Amino acid sequence: MTEPLLRADGLVKHFPVLRGVVFRRAVAEVHAVDGVSFEIAPGETFGVVGESGCGKTTVARLVMRLVDLDDGTLTSDGEDITRVRGEALRKLRLKMQIIFQDPFASLNPRMTVGDIVGEPLHIHNMWKDGGPRRVRELLDLVGLAAEHAERYPHEFSGGQRQRIGIARALALHPKLVVCDEPVSALDVSMRAQILNLLKHLQEEFGLTYLFISHDLSVVRQVCDRVAVMYLGQVVEVAERDALFDRALHPYTQALISAIPIPDPELERKRRRIVLQGDVPSPQDPPRACRFHTRCFKAQEICEQIEPELEQRCDDHPAACHFAEPRAPVVESPA
Amino acid sequence: MTELDPKAHSIPLADRVAPVEQTIDGEIVAPAGLEAAFQQGMEIKARSQWDYARRRFLRHRLAMLGLVGLVIIFGAGAFANFVAPYSFSEIDLNNLLHAPTTQGHHFFGTDSIGRDYFSRVIWGIRTSEEIGVFVAVVSSIMGLIIGAIAGYYGGVVDNLLMRFTDLVLTLPALAILATVGALWGGGSQWRISFILAFFFWTGIARVVRGVFLSLREKEYVEAAKAAGAGDARIMFRHILPNTLGPIIVNGTISVAAAILTEAALSFIGFGIKPPTPSLGVLVQEGQTNPQQWWLTVFPGLMIVLIVLCVNFMGDGLRDALDPTQRRIRA
Repeated sequence: MTEPLLRADGLVKHFPVLRGVVFRRAVAEVHAVDGVSFEIAPGETFGVVGESGCGKTTVARLVMRLVDLDDGTLTSDGEDITRVRGEALRKLRLKMQIIFQDPFASLNPRMTVGDIVGEPLHIHNMWKDGGPRRVRELLDLVGLAAEHAERYPHEFSGGQRQRIGIARALALHPKLVVCDEPVSALDVSMRAQILNLLKHLQEEFGLTYLFISHDLSVVRQVCDRVAVMYLGQVVEVAERDALFDRALHPYTQALISAIPIPDPELERKRRRIVLQGDVPSPQDPPRACRFHTRCFKAQEICEQIEPELEQRCDDHPAACHFAEPRAPVVESPA
Repeated sequence: MTELDPKAHSIPLADRVAPVEQTIDGEIVAPAGLEAAFQQGMEIKARSQWDYARRRFLRHRLAMLGLVGLVIIFGAGAFANFVAPYSFSEIDLNNLLHAPTTQGHHFFGTDSIGRDYFSRVIWGIRTSEEIGVFVAVVSSIMGLIIGAIAGYYGGVVDNLLMRFTDLVLTLPALAILATVGALWGGGSQWRISFILAFFFWTGIARVVRGVFLSLREKEYVEAAKAAGAGDARIMFRHILPNTLGPIIVNGTISVAAAILTEAALSFIGFGIKPPTPSLGVLVQEGQTNPQQWWLTVFPGLMIVLIVLCVNFMGDGLRDALDPTQRRIRA
């Protein structure tokens, strides 16, 4: 593997739960991210999937250095970016940008589209050499018209707004773009367009994506490699096809078994894994293996020894003592 | 229903709901309003939130009434040296306690030492107006700075600043004003103004803090941060514009509140010292001649009129700047 564009090593972020008015004290901690490690190679699309509340978005914000890490290290191109501040952090912004989930909340309603897309250029003193031209270029790139620069975000549809967000993220020619659920707020027809746009931009500019999503079918469509998260930890990392064909972790298997199959015949025949109960509170995650409270394979060892994320029986790592591929549920639709 | 005004050359996109029929230059046009508009050579223009607010304000009858009243009254005060027929201290011993008359332009009569009361009221408006506007501006700026810092940085800073705000709020303003006014106010208009401003910033600080507190968590603020924006840029470019609405409303209302407080203070003798007239001073002086009704009624009426106009305007601004309302069209 070539030198990774981004390496995350043991990321930890706990959010305190505060009580009291004048004298605030932490009464508990939400373990949003608890020891997450991964590497992203240049040019690939690395997916992170998981249910809501599993810490996906926190990973995105940690990688972007929008919140500070409690522990762990971030390395980009061999440079430690865990604690960079001030000017160095500003420089880092040139390399890494983010597309947000909610296209309605991520655009300032009081700024015109031109101002929004041009803001990164202003911040990095790049406005003077051809700022307005660059804004037109960016709008054109994401499929909007140059006249749209004069308008306000409320005049656009969700899909168009997401295009504005993408244009803003591309303004500084970043290498890595963190996509935090970029299509989950859009309707299905819009979704395909935005995903195609992202694909096209990746080919044109050699972008690397950290793609965060809860939607396995979207992940399957766009990602090269995928990490599955549960309660702040990565339970399995694999190449896309390996993950969807030979999932090793019972949680991943349960998720994949829940993807609807378009063919009604097959849909009726397949066996789903239905998990019991809810996701435990991240304020007080289960000991040892965090999945043992809902796992259909759980044994005594799962409550005592935490399984490491390591190579076990197949070609990719999984954090389960009993990792093994599931017997084929139905004939492959192909 | 929506009416297309050819002079405006603009149609808000929000109003794309096809109306039953539309009139352009008196002609009935088919419901396809937009196409018709394009054929007429019109173009769609983006309208900012300030455009909407201005339109809403101009349509608010009471607010416009307040604005017109205020322009007249404050205008007279601001140009007192041209409007007032006499100086505020010119004594005419031949005309003591004269009832209101048009003779010699004594519209509001004269007081016990023969000064023209109309002129004194006009000059009094000027003093009160200066105090009101000064207090509103200074306290808004103070409140804005304190609220912005508290709300943006949060945590300990927020706690300290807000407890200080609470402390100022708990002080019995009038009692303290009277004491401080007596100690070193010395009747100077500017010192009184500063003391008043010190009591008026708390409301604005709280409002601004609230807005900063909620907006700093917005995704677009995070997006600006991700683009590399510093604290100053985020505060001024992204959050501040959203606080201007409440600040303008609050500031307007505090003009009236400051004028009232100054009047009360002068009335009990701790405010502006004679012979400089302020509306409160005039009411207080009028008290000494209870038979001459014009001495209390005219300055009192002025106070009521000013406060009423300001409050009407404040209401109109509040409605106009409320971004959740977008009823006004055309």
